[in-house]
Amino acid sequence: MSYLTVDNLKTYFHTRNGVVKAVDDISFSLEQGKVLGIVGESGSGKSVTVHSLMGLIPQPPGKIEGGSARFDDTDLLAADKQLLRALRGKRIAMIFQDPMTSLNPYLRVSEQIIEPLIIHDNITRQNALDRAIKMLEKVGIADAEKRIHSYPHEFSGGMRQRVMIAMALITDPEVLIADEPTTALDVTVQAQILRLLQELQDDLGVSVIFITHDLGVIAELANQVAVMYRGKIVEQGEVLQIFDNPHHPYTKGLLACRPRLESTFKVLPTVSDFLEEYEKDGQLELKERPDADTCIKDMQQITMPNIDHSDVLLEVKDLRVHFPVRQRFFSGSEGWVKAVDGISFSVPRGSTLGLVGESGCGKTTTGRAILNLVKPTSGRVKFAGDEIAGAEPKAMLPYRKRMQIIFQDPYSSLNPRLTIEQTLSEPMAVHKIGTAKDRKDRVVSLLEEVGLESHFLRRYPHEFSGGQRQRICVARALALEPEFIVCDEAVSAMDVSVQAQVLNLLKQLQRRRGLTYIFISHDLSVVKFMADSMAVMEGGKIVELGDSEEIYSQPKEDYTRRLIDAIPRDNVEFIQERISGNR
Amino acid sequence: MWKLIFFRLLKAIPVLLVIATITFFMLRLTPGGPFDREKPIKDPEIKKQLEAHYGLDKPLSAQYLEFLGKLMVGDLGPSFKHSNRTVNEVIVKAFPVSAELGLWSLLVALGLGLTAGMIASIRPNSFLDYTPMTLAMVGICVPTFVMGPILILVFSLKLEWFNASGWDQWADRVLPALTLGGVYAAYVARLTRGGMLEVMSQDYIRTARAKGASEARVLLKHGLRGGLMPVVAFLGPAVAGLISGSFVVETIFQIPGLGRHFVEAAFNRDYTMVMGTVLFFAALIILLNLLVDIIQVWLNPRLRGT
Repeated sequence: MSYLTVDNLKTYFHTRNGVVKAVDDISFSLEQGKVLGIVGESGSGKSVTVHSLMGLIPQPPGKIEGGSARFDDTDLLAADKQLLRALRGKRIAMIFQDPMTSLNPYLRVSEQIIEPLIIHDNITRQNALDRAIKMLEKVGIADAEKRIHSYPHEFSGGMRQRVMIAMALITDPEVLIADEPTTALDVTVQAQILRLLQELQDDLGVSVIFITHDLGVIAELANQVAVMYRGKIVEQGEVLQIFDNPHHPYTKGLLACRPRLESTFKVLPTVSDFLEEYEKDGQLELKERPDADTCIKDMQQITMPNIDHSDVLLEVKDLRVHFPVRQRFFSGSEGWVKAVDGISFSVPRGSTLGLVGESGCGKTTTGRAILNLVKPTSGRVKFAGDEIAGAEPKAMLPYRKRMQIIFQDPYSSLNPRLTIEQTLSEPMAVHKIGTAKDRKDRVVSLLEEVGLESHFLRRYPHEFSGGQRQRICVARALALEPEFIVCDEAVSAMDVSVQAQVLNLLKQLQRRRGLTYIFISHDLSVVKFMADSMAVMEGGKIVELGDSEEIYSQPKEDYTRRLIDAIPRDNVEFIQERISGNR
Repeated sequence: MWKLIFFRLLKAIPVLLVIATITFFMLRLTPGGPFDREKPIKDPEIKKQLEAHYGLDKPLSAQYLEFLGKLMVGDLGPSFKHSNRTVNEVIVKAFPVSAELGLWSLLVALGLGLTAGMIASIRPNSFLDYTPMTLAMVGICVPTFVMGPILILVFSLKLEWFNASGWDQWADRVLPALTLGGVYAAYVARLTRGGMLEVMSQDYIRTARAKGASEARVLLKHGLRGGLMPVVAFLGPAVAGLISGSFVVETIFQIPGLGRHFVEAAFNRDYTMVMGTVLFFAALIILLNLLVDIIQVWLNPRLRGT
């Protein structure tokens, strides 16, 4: 039985630069007790779709231009504000992407969880609180009776998302809209949240619209899938069909671009290997590339150069970084956080070492300590034979040129007030390399090397997409021709389709320039794709170190196994098993 | 929390000491002395006697040490101009008047400012936004010495609702409070608008809307607290300025407050009076900033425990 039926929804944004057709004539339906996955990359219109249904589109500039959304006897698009408000949070609830910013930091969690009940139901505060505590227990928060009175910042990211879920489900809604609920989380936490949603969905029979950029996540719990691209649904169907026999080239591209644990490819296919876009009568047309298969076959032939293991570029010995818990004026510090606690490894020239682990395991601090961006407490860091641990800034300067870093968030790691040209030429200016003219030439060639066009030079960071910005960050790191780059969660904030492009770029640069990487990520599948050897970190220590393939095929530690199990199981066998087993 | 307060008060001591020292020497290095103006004392003998009476004949270092010693026990010394009255007496008498005017003005500032700012933030870049914000801009631009006379002209001379000056009855508070509070109301309005706009674009506001909360609830329960943070930060120095007395407003409306003593003392080179009012003002600012920090911690749970 169809529960929520959307027909010909059109939501446009009227901006100064013209009309943006964010959602362009899409139709889908959600069946009772089922999970509908809407997949697409950033800007494909998936969030705008559900925000339109909920009346959460800011108007202006947004405007719903047409269509209908039948829920029971109501057309959500035509309903007045009063009616929509009565449905929102009561019969249709929502959870959002970023649990860090989606909870009100000023109010206790208890206040926020009972709020939907207080708004919609005639209920006493005490009864509402009792229900909230039960709900928190249900979403797996231990000691709920006490924890409910905490503030959001006192919970971890995963716990906050649990709180969000409890808050959404407390009114027993019939429909739950989950807008990228796991995108901002580590894979291990993502796996927990997905499992929880699956359990709750079975248990409560709530119908779910699940939005994500990651087809792998969909495989874990969707029944139906709609694939969105540029405001249109390009393909929809049963989940098994989508995975087993995708029709649309975009879907094929999305499926292929995810790094898979079991594959040994050195290059990832990307969406553009499958899809050709062209304009016809002012309309965007999509076409499958006829040579997609051979193209991908050729790709798999690419191999990486051999590594000489005796030529060690970076050697780390017993590195420790301890931070004081709280500095006092009089009494020194109250204790130490051992962020990195005695780790050793070496990285041969031209190879990649992957650092993998959950948030807080010390992988980022390790990367920064190697570059002397945080001062190591003790231990040795040898770069190209020279001891650099704890070197003074002046002594470090010649090494800065040879060692670079790329950060996770390409939004905040580019100065918004500098043009791309200024950003890229600054490192050269700092190290007094070349004349202004030389630098400009160099900047142009850098942009070309990372796959951007040279007319971007005068633009500012906000004019670029996330993937383009990360390419700029890569170009900046390359400006000084370094030998060694730390990639600190460099692709973690990206859509899978963009992630594939950036990973390929990094590999290509390594092949071409013989670069040495330390690649840091919480996602073991990405690390395995990138890295020759892998160090699994937990609590500031390396619990497992060795060849990537070996660690994946024969993990020795439970922790490593947990990291492997957290990767979404997006294969046909799993989906078959899940569907026949559960329903 | 008590620890925080204790340490902050402890830190205030060196700050006040530095202020006292700088003011002391700057004042003494300024040409002119307390007995040079008004009726210049021609007879050098009498002048000498006077200076000896107030200890001005001693070397500067000795004077400084004596001043510090008295300061430690809270004695600000005798006023040079108000004969037979100590600085302490002057402050004790005049401060309550200024403080009362300040509090009324604060009420005006918050009442007008918060309302205008919130209304403006509900529909940014609309008529409802431009009108109060234009008024606020006018409020900031028109100085009190213009605003005061205009208010007197309209409300006491034309409409005859209030007295043009004085500080005797309840009605006498209205015009000075409007004059003094008006400027601050304008600042508060702009800060409120900015703060509210910032907060209302946050993700958690969207969450509140998704729960089905009414716009009023979203604004008051979820928006207000965060939106007021900039206003609270501004209030520390603002309140200190308000209650320590405004020379201009007190002069226009003939109010016997502290502000006039402050400025007159500087003109008269009334050394002890200047020192006293400066230190009093400094201590007030420190105290009020501490109060603001406490309020901020109370408003923002993320600051607790740090």
